[in-house]
Amino acid sequence: MRTAKRTATPGRIDITFTGNLGTFSLDAQFSAPARGVTAVFGPSGCGKTTVARCIAGLKHLAGGFCGIDGEVWQDDATFRPPHLRQIGYVFQEASLFPHLSVKRNLLFGAPKPVPAPIGFEEVVELLGIAHLLTRTPSYLSGGERQRVAIGRALLSQPKLLVMDEPLAALDRTAKSEILPFLERLHETLALPMIYISHDMTEIERFADHLVLMERGKVTAAGPLAALQSNPALPLAASRDAAVSCDAVVSGYDGRYGLLALRVTGARMLVPAPPQTPGARQRLRIAASDVSLARQAPHASSILNVFPARIKSHAPLGQGEITVVLALGTGGSGTQILARITRRSWDTLGLRDGLDVFAQVKGVSLVAACNRPPEIPTEALPSLDQGSEQVSAAA
Amino acid sequence: MDGLSAELWQSVALTIKLASATTVILLIIGTPLAWWLARSKAIWTEAVATIVALPLVLPPTVLGFYLLVLLGPNGPGGRTLAFTFEGLITGSVLYSMPFVVQPIRNAFVAMGERPLEIAATLRASPARSFWAVAVPLARPGFLTAGVLGFAHTIGEFGLVLMIGGNIPGRTRVLSVAIFDYVEASRWREASLLAGSMVVFAFAVILAVTLIDKRSARARA
Repeated sequence: MRTAKRTATPGRIDITFTGNLGTFSLDAQFSAPARGVTAVFGPSGCGKTTVARCIAGLKHLAGGFCGIDGEVWQDDATFRPPHLRQIGYVFQEASLFPHLSVKRNLLFGAPKPVPAPIGFEEVVELLGIAHLLTRTPSYLSGGERQRVAIGRALLSQPKLLVMDEPLAALDRTAKSEILPFLERLHETLALPMIYISHDMTEIERFADHLVLMERGKVTAAGPLAALQSNPALPLAASRDAAVSCDAVVSGYDGRYGLLALRVTGARMLVPAPPQTPGARQRLRIAASDVSLARQAPHASSILNVFPARIKSHAPLGQGEITVVLALGTGGSGTQILARITRRSWDTLGLRDGLDVFAQVKGVSLVAACNRPPEIPTEALPSLDQGSEQVSAAA
Repeated sequence: MDGLSAELWQSVALTIKLASATTVILLIIGTPLAWWLARSKAIWTEAVATIVALPLVLPPTVLGFYLLVLLGPNGPGGRTLAFTFEGLITGSVLYSMPFVVQPIRNAFVAMGERPLEIAATLRASPARSFWAVAVPLARPGFLTAGVLGFAHTIGEFGLVLMIGGNIPGRTRVLSVAIFDYVEASRWREASLLAGSMVVFAFAVILAVTLIDKRSARARA
């Protein structure tokens, strides 16, 4: 901790919460941009919820610091009580007021002077809850309740939306019902969000930044893809390691039903329905779907083969190796992961810095994201905004 | 018969007036007390709760004795409240307090912190959280408290007799009236009143049970 008085930086979320809570010791410090979705990921009981509660002011850890986009919510001299923080908070379990109708729940935190940046109609439309307005919360399904709770938080016109495992208490069906809404939220509203979760598949779909926590400590924080592809972190070493990247739709091959997507350093072809050129699309590339070759393979069924450079590698168990690759001939493009056997690593004579070919067997489109990706537009090589016919051969 | 019933109705009216006034006063002072008891983490909270609960265990005559000492002509108040309607109300408030405070306290405890946290994250001030969230959610507790406070005030005897005496139209409430009729061997009136009290007590207990059941169902 610094002795100098900390100030809140505009455009940033700065958090320091340290202290002992019973037998649990919390040491959470991170800084994230005050835009997009910052996911806080870690196993159950690692202190994620405590961090969220400290940000909201529901818990007061003395000596902490909380600066949100230029406003100090907590420092040594200040502790704003929760009702004076412009926050939206979605709890894990359905938390609607049982004595109020859906509509009155939604409007509970809405400020009285009507014109507000986040409008009632807009939220109701976005979350698909128009048909529920007159109902009582006890007659809603779990998924519906959580959607109303999210809408209620939004209508309180927050500067920051904190969601504490909003899907954890829901079954699979309700989860898949809400996730698209969360993605739309991310697309349509310029509202920074802190999304607490222990489920990486949720985070992969729409987070921009990631904070990793373990046993009360923040172990890493940064852009999602950078943390996913960092071999020193547990994410890359896990069995289902994958990298999320934001791509731009660059064309469509109607003859073969293939969508062309551009990421920094590569253009990918994915069987998918057509999309408007220029649209943003989140991709997920699993490490187990990427293999390596020394020479460009000819006569392969794999469409997506790109020159890439081995940035680093880390052993995975006895027999396998996780390889970090940067796409593009100079090795300056998007980083992805490949999982290969140690035997292949040795037989092919692979080493860090070597130029190879990455064969990507599977690319999943996880969510549309109609907002600029984290990479600046100039960095995209020869982005063709017009509809480009793609030839079938890779 | 007409004379009798006028006297009887006077007692009924006085009793209802006493019970209503007591219940209103108890809800007004009992609610903040119950709120504090439900939320305070101070060590002396339970000591205060015990003091509130004392009338459950003490013979009414003990309470009546102390009230006479404190409220009587030689007490610190100067003006005496003994043998007045105000004195009766004071005694009833103290005597029925646990029956009002405890259901409300239990309702606030059962509600938990969460609804108030939600309200706070929706920019509700503590006052708004209390009125717009805590009180409506604790409604079954308030209902039970109101019914029990009212009924228990109607049923008190020893305390009333000690500080109120037996002045028709001023302090002679139903329970005292029954005692009076029995003393005077007027069995018809006594049994009429006693029977009505049994029916009333039955209705009250049934009502409270039904309120509890309904609120338990609503929470589920």
